[in-house]
Amino acid sequence: MTQRSRNFLLLAPAGAWFLVMLVIPLTVVLIFSFGERGAAGGYVPAFTLEQYANLPARWAAFKNTLILAPAGTLASLLIAYPLAYYLAVRADPRWKTALLVLVIVPFWTSILIRSYAWIFLLGGRGIPALLAAIGIEDVRLINTPFAVLIGIVYGYLPLMVFPIFVNLDRLDKRLLEASSDLGASPWRTFLQVTLPMSLPGIATGCLLVFILLMGEFLIPAILGGGKVFFVGNALVDLFLQSRNWAYGSAVAATLVILMLVSVTAYMRLIRRLGAQREDVALM
Amino acid sequence: MNEAAYAPPSGLQAAKPAAGPIAELRNVSKRFGEVLAADGLNLSIEAGEFLSFLGPSGCGKTTALRMLAGFEAPSSGDVLLDGEVVNDLEPYRRPVNMVFQHYALFPHLTVAQNIGYGLRQRRPRPPREEIERKVTNALEIVRLEGFGGRRIWELSGGQQQRVALARAIVNEPKLLLLDEPMAALDRKLRKEMQIELQNIQRRLGITFVLVTHDQEEALSMSDRICIMRDGRIVQTGSPRDLYDRPRNRYVAGFVGSSNFFDGVAAAVSDTETQVRVAGGIMLSGRALAPVTAGQAVTLSVRPEQVRLARTAADGDKAGWDVTVLSRIFLGEHTEYLVKHDGLGEFMVLTPRQAELSDGPFNAGERLVAFWEAESALVLTQD
Repeated sequence: MTQRSRNFLLLAPAGAWFLVMLVIPLTVVLIFSFGERGAAGGYVPAFTLEQYANLPARWAAFKNTLILAPAGTLASLLIAYPLAYYLAVRADPRWKTALLVLVIVPFWTSILIRSYAWIFLLGGRGIPALLAAIGIEDVRLINTPFAVLIGIVYGYLPLMVFPIFVNLDRLDKRLLEASSDLGASPWRTFLQVTLPMSLPGIATGCLLVFILLMGEFLIPAILGGGKVFFVGNALVDLFLQSRNWAYGSAVAATLVILMLVSVTAYMRLIRRLGAQREDVALM
Repeated sequence: MNEAAYAPPSGLQAAKPAAGPIAELRNVSKRFGEVLAADGLNLSIEAGEFLSFLGPSGCGKTTALRMLAGFEAPSSGDVLLDGEVVNDLEPYRRPVNMVFQHYALFPHLTVAQNIGYGLRQRRPRPPREEIERKVTNALEIVRLEGFGGRRIWELSGGQQQRVALARAIVNEPKLLLLDEPMAALDRKLRKEMQIELQNIQRRLGITFVLVTHDQEEALSMSDRICIMRDGRIVQTGSPRDLYDRPRNRYVAGFVGSSNFFDGVAAAVSDTETQVRVAGGIMLSGRALAPVTAGQAVTLSVRPEQVRLARTAADGDKAGWDVTVLSRIFLGEHTEYLVKHDGLGEFMVLTPRQAELSDGPFNAGERLVAFWEAESALVLTQD
């Protein structure tokens, strides 16, 4: 067998998957987005930009997504980094594996059930009731952007912890000794060695969480209660409730484009931050 | 001529000789759980000297170095720098720098940024021009001019080693610690670096403390060597001292090679000690430390102190009839492995000049081997 045909065989399954699951549906979405809604819903072939002209009607969904996805990514990063740092650098090696398993434990239960648990925690008889007991009255948490943010951090934290953990775990601890030997205090060593060296892990974690958040609909549906909704919720609504496939396709296509643009910009930024660095350049 | 004219061409100032030792270990022990890695170390390091810790892995030499650097605190005893006890002083507060075994260069920084790292940590931070000047200077000292903009992974092992050295010396430390710095280099490069390291040390006048398991490296570079075993210092002295006057069999085996004949001290006098070795043969030698009759001792004879001849010359009473087992040509010298019926096998190193008159000898030849009793050392076995 030639090298060429071997390569073809290796790539065939993934290529077929890619074609059937990604290229064809996306093409369909793109075609639909230029069509019209039929009288009884669904799709009627046409070529019109009307659906795109209607996008501002769904501005709130785009706004929420474009604010809460980056904010959720950032919040996850700020909470995940110290945790990953502790696990990789400080934790007793004997306990490392056990502690790591604890990070994954939430994955053993469906995100749906876990998010429902948060309805109770954030709802009137949960945290607000506790706050009322100590004199802080009338705190409303459920169905606010804050509740959605909490749900996001809760659901996506492990995805952020792991890439950073792997990165910090591989970090040559002798570099930290070298930095200390050269006169850098622990804090300066962190800023000048640990943090820049863990940039690839941060980049991977943020990318993973951000991309998934852009398409998120479950957490806003449960914890946002129809008040804080994402583009994902708008799509569910358009396709399943109002059966306006053409308009839904235009919203979906716009989301994909927004994602492409932001991810490209993000990759550029990371490349520049880690310019000429072997580990980042390979990303 | 003014003083500046004597300044080293590098522009780096030689460390001023201090009144007392620049560093001291006073009865220092270090325990890691059950393991006693360092056991009552006493050592005084003089300003400007090149000192080596020599010993097999696990002998505690690296622990000693790490206590000087501040990465480990002694379990008991005191570590002194410049007359002050620094037991718990953090590494980043010590005027000490280290060249790490695997260099530990920062992969996210350029060569110049690596070398300037220590200078940038100083408070107040030196002006940018000063840092640049010193970095350029350091690059010159390690002969890497123009490499400042390179990335670490673009460099060869030898070049990385030079960068690690430059990163340390640019800070003009009171003490430069080198942890097996040449372990990763090939033999030829290692030789070159040894010479260069010695030149740099002499030129800058910085006190060097080297850790190595390579006796040749320690012998060729150091002013003094501290031989370690099982967490203790066995003997400290100049390479010559250790070679000529080893304290015991362990030191003699670690510094240079030697033929050892184990036995029991039979007759002891001021000038000569008789040792009864295997087969009841009596050998005589010089005891460096007092031995008592009946004590288990080892007679050590350096291979280069044994002569071989086809016939015993007149007056050479202490000749041994031997058979040549093998011959290895080493250029300047030829190494023979010979065998005596009672003494067993031993090595002989014959200089080339001697070969010209009476040799070379072939395997299987029967010869006479002899050495001066004066050159045989009677050593304790501890």
